[in-house]
Amino acid sequence: MSDSSAKLRDLSARRFRLALVLTLAVMAVYFGFIALVAFDKPLLATPVAPGLSLGILLGALVIVLAWLSTWFYVRWMNRNYDDALARLRE
Amino acid sequence: MGTQIGEPNLIAMSFFFVFIAITLGITYWAARRTRTTEQFYAAGRTISAGQNGFALAGDYMSAASFLGIAGLVSTSGFDGLIYSTGWLVGWPIVLFLIAEPLRNLGRYTFSDVVALRFRQTPIRIAAALGTLATVVFYLIAQMVGAGGLIRLLFGISYETAVILVGVAMLAYVLFGGMIATTWVQIVKAVLLLAGASLLALLVLARFHMNPLELFAAAAERYGDGVLAPGKLVSNPWDAISLGMALMFGTAGLPHILMRFYTVPDARAARTSVFYATGLIGFFYLMTFVLGFGAMVLVGPDAIRAVDPGGNMAAPLLAELLGGTPFLGFISAVAFATILAVVAGLTLSGAAALSHDLWVSVMRKGHADAREQLFVARVSTVALGLLAIVLGITFKGQNVAFMVSLAFAIAASANFPALLLSIFWDRCTTAGVVASMAVGTISTLLLIWLSPTIQVDILKADSAWFPLKNPALVTIPLSFVTAIVVSLLSSAESETAARFAEVERRTHLGPVGE
Repeated sequence: MSDSSAKLRDLSARRFRLALVLTLAVMAVYFGFIALVAFDKPLLATPVAPGLSLGILLGALVIVLAWLSTWFYVRWMNRNYDDALARLRE
Repeated sequence: MGTQIGEPNLIAMSFFFVFIAITLGITYWAARRTRTTEQFYAAGRTISAGQNGFALAGDYMSAASFLGIAGLVSTSGFDGLIYSTGWLVGWPIVLFLIAEPLRNLGRYTFSDVVALRFRQTPIRIAAALGTLATVVFYLIAQMVGAGGLIRLLFGISYETAVILVGVAMLAYVLFGGMIATTWVQIVKAVLLLAGASLLALLVLARFHMNPLELFAAAAERYGDGVLAPGKLVSNPWDAISLGMALMFGTAGLPHILMRFYTVPDARAARTSVFYATGLIGFFYLMTFVLGFGAMVLVGPDAIRAVDPGGNMAAPLLAELLGGTPFLGFISAVAFATILAVVAGLTLSGAAALSHDLWVSVMRKGHADAREQLFVARVSTVALGLLAIVLGITFKGQNVAFMVSLAFAIAASANFPALLLSIFWDRCTTAGVVASMAVGTISTLLLIWLSPTIQVDILKADSAWFPLKNPALVTIPLSFVTAIVVSLLSSAESETAARFAEVERRTHLGPVGE
């Protein structure tokens, strides 16, 4: 019993670390973008290609990165967490 | 240019009645399956991850984002992207921190999770107030949006439109409960995505299927400024405060959180957020094409002439590219969107009133299934009538402002309490209740003192509080309140013991469900 609850605590801590790191990463990306919008508008106006400013490129990237972060989390949980949990349940 | 907008549109009305007929059919089917409270609130926990992904996306892609963001982009370019990104990045936060523990710890409402560890009565009352404050402000925004939109699209009066939305929504929720509400969301999400995709394709077809050519055309006609941050963000701290409200508000929205109880397990809850984020992200990228398309093809002046807020950009674009039939289709989709969001909101408000306040506080959990369902339906009717009255009272208010207000309350009142009760073992009843109360009251107070109310509405010379959105202050304040009050109040031995159970259930789920 105490062995399995120690394992559960360990698993819980690992999931929490992952969640925390990913949360901070998404926050850094988004607030980085907002900080540029707020404090450095000329930089975001820089053209990267005809019809594409750095601002539009970064904004679209924020959306894509946020989605990729959910993909990464779901994949990690499906691979590592669910199995470990199933073993604990037994 | 000649537009049919503002005149009764037969095709729009036919599409609209087809949608009503289909969804009422679904409601009839669902009504025969809605006999228990579990079915009424949580669709019997039989919704699959994919279905829930669409339903979550349906709940989230309100008319504000479809019409509002497209309108904002069509009149001011880049600035619309600030809203799209903010609304999207809330989803990873929901996934990483909230979705799975919520599914494993609660039954119908998010306050189930908070109440699990702490003394029931004070928690339920505080959480129900936070929920109702969020739901009511969100409802006002949707009803005001609905009234204005339907008036423009169908040529009926604002009041008639608001009453029509209220009555149709009540029919879905009362008879079909969560099963019907979920399927209405799914049908609406598919229609909205299909309609917006078709419209985006028609736009891109004029620019060799290359979005950059579209952006370049916009820059050529209206200056390079449309591709860069403009006037929307003049005060940097306003931008950051709005960003915080949008990012953390999603994780405190009762009608979104409630959807995680409709799936069978935590794994399905997790997967459904991944689908929802993909659908919503795709949709937001598309609204950008629609906005710039409307800017180049319709023109900002023509859009503002129909509606000063720019909200008619997407319908005008549809009329230009596909004639009256396509305008009719897009209008019906926009109406369906509002109806579905209002239904989801009303259901979560009814759950707070009946499950949290009546059953848990007034009857201390001793209410049989018949009584619970009866109280839930009475609460639904009460909220529906309230929504109609408020919708008519707040005629002419700015919709985006009301929505950002709802997000600020959700982020300050609900999110900190929920997060700390899941993850922090030293948290106490007093700490959580104080955090929810301070979060709700400080948000409402600072909104009242903000330039939007004081200067824009009350015409004062200056406002006491400088920010339009208070989240930058109220979210940290709510967290600090929870932590300080918890540490000052004596540790509750029961609460600490129950944290072990919470930690176990967060991962393993409830026993024997």
